Amino acid sequence: MKIGSLISMAVGSVRRNAVRSVLTMLGVVIGVGSVVVMVAIGQGATKEVTAKVSRLGTNLIVITPGATRTGGVSGGAGSQMTLTMDDLEILQKEAQEISAITPVLVAPSRVVAGGANWRTQALGVSLDYLKIRSWEVQSGRYFDTSEFQSRRKVVVVGQTVAQALFGEEDPVGRTVRIREIPVEIIGLLSRKGPTVDGADQDDVILMPSTTVQTRMAGRNFLGQILVSAADPGRVDAARREIAVILRENHRLSPKDPDDFTIKDQREMAELAQGTTRVMTLLLLVVASVSLVVGGIGIMNIMLVSVTERTREIGIRRALGARRRDVLAQFLVEAIVLSVLGGVLGALLGVGVTAALRQVTGWAAEVTISSIVLAMGFSVGVGVLFGWWPARRAAALEPIEALRFQ
Amino acid sequence: MTPGTPVVETVALCRSLTGADGVTPILKGLNLRVEKGEMLAIMGPSGSGKSTLLNILGCLDRPSSGTYRLDGVDVGGLDDDALADLRNQKLGFVFQGFNLLPRTSALENVILPMLYDRAQRYADPEVRARAALEQVGLGHRMNHHPSQLSGGQQQRVAVARALVTEPSLLIADEPTGNLDSHMGQEIMALFSSLHAQGRTLIIVTHEPDIAAVCSRIIVLKDGQIVEDRPNSAVV
Ligand SMILES: Nc1ncnc2c1ncn2[C@@H]1O[C@H](COP(=O)(O)OP(=O)(O)O)[C@@H](O)[C@H]1O
Ligand SMILES: [Mg+2]
Repeated sequence: MKIGSLISMAVGSVRRNAVRSVLTMLGVVIGVGSVVVMVAIGQGATKEVTAKVSRLGTNLIVITPGATRTGGVSGGAGSQMTLTMDDLEILQKEAQEISAITPVLVAPSRVVAGGANWRTQALGVSLDYLKIRSWEVQSGRYFDTSEFQSRRKVVVVGQTVAQALFGEEDPVGRTVRIREIPVEIIGLLSRKGPTVDGADQDDVILMPSTTVQTRMAGRNFLGQILVSAADPGRVDAARREIAVILRENHRLSPKDPDDFTIKDQREMAELAQGTTRVMTLLLLVVASVSLVVGGIGIMNIMLVSVTERTREIGIRRALGARRRDVLAQFLVEAIVLSVLGGVLGALLGVGVTAALRQVTGWAAEVTISSIVLAMGFSVGVGVLFGWWPARRAAALEPIEALRFQ
Repeated sequence: MTPGTPVVETVALCRSLTGADGVTPILKGLNLRVEKGEMLAIMGPSGSGKSTLLNILGCLDRPSSGTYRLDGVDVGGLDDDALADLRNQKLGFVFQGFNLLPRTSALENVILPMLYDRAQRYADPEVRARAALEQVGLGHRMNHHPSQLSGGQQQRVAVARALVTEPSLLIADEPTGNLDSHMGQEIMALFSSLHAQGRTLIIVTHEPDIAAVCSRIIVLKDGQIVEDRPNSAVV
């Protein structure tokens, strides 16, 4: 029998039993729909994370104090005070592979402006900081070389700080007190949004590191050194050079492990994407389970259908259908059911994704590949779960089938 | 097929059933020749083996021993697929219970056997199916489903379906058993006209009226042919 006749026969049979067909398909509809939605959510999240990581700045290398954590034994990066301003100066002098460098001196502070006050972190940084992070000043300006060298008490504030202290008013030109020291706000940073792990990047105050070092008494520590590699193609070379210089400066013997951690953008991106990938995979597993359940639904109904249609099978065999014609008929019917379910499921998935985006604001995005994947899966389900009932149908003896009441 | 080859030829045809109480013989060594153009009635009491014989002649079942040649071809040596092809090309069935596909139009029912034709002998199955339905007087009911047709009409659809492939042999097992006598006569008139066109038919029946329009009558009893006579009233 020709494939065209098989398909039109199967479609006819599905139409004749419309209600039952819809119920049969339901499992596949929900399965495919959820695969499409889950992948859309996962892909959206991955894309957002990737975009955020690339916004961290090009060629960015982050040096943090403390050894890289391995197997949860050591205290973790950042827990020790192994980076110093001396390291910064050596790198500035000796490293060839870097084009910009800044310390990040962390000074947890209370900021007071008139009646309002706000707890945040003032960061002592160099002139290069904005460039290294690819940040921008929205109004006012960043501090200049002379201000940096003369340790002026000037700051640039993030949107969250400005909002907390001055509401909607322009903070530029205002004076605030940080740790009781009056400082002038000379610039307002553009909004950057939260980081991948949810920290508020706009809750920040930038000031010359020279000013923090000499004028701000209290608990300050060198949290990070940020570096731009001179050549995006030579990030690895820059990392190696930094490691050599720091190890020498820390007088580590060859068998000592690094007492600092160097990361670049690629690692941070991979880390972040790894998390979302695991999430996507988990969601996909859950969705696949519902597809399998849908397939079992098809098998169940097809088995009932084969029994109900025993006489039909007998008639077809009497008229000259070979066993494989009967097999093909029921298999194609199962596939038509599952593909139809797949199409409806894909439509459902697109609809639900759009609704989710509207309601939650998630960056969920339906991908063609997820639809192709889900459709392929539903055909697979049709073949897999249609096989057994079809075999049972084909195995019937013609006279037995004809005698069936 | 060389001229003179019988359509049906059985030699010592036996069929037995194996049940809990051992082997039960149903057909006990039948020798039967049916020539082209004959219209054979098979009569006999219920349980005498008429349907069993018809199922074997229709290649729906296989003999336990003995040979059966259809159009000169020994059916015993054929596999399952070859039997299916034989049913498709050489045989036409009419059953007591009509056996049409439900919720499927008369036209689609008649097209069905042509869809299973591997030799692709039919250029336009739909045209042929329409012609066959016209021939049985159902040109105006082609798109009706079986449930929208009377018993007699359903059986005429079944006859059209059996005819449409121009089989060598048309087999009918009590074709009028589910019909009132008026409709039964209609069907028999149809069979008679097919006989007149030179077709070969084998019809199982209980009713003497029906046997009376056949050219030859055999009587089966306990799995054996106890009577075999031509009907001189029918040529
Ligand atoms: N599937 C079967 N199982 C057991 N016995 C059967 C079966 N089919 C037929 N028989 C027996 O075979 C004999 C002949 O049956 P059948 O050919 O149907 O007779 P008829 O058609 O002449 O009434 C009967 O005795 C019947 O009981
Ligand atoms: Mg019978």
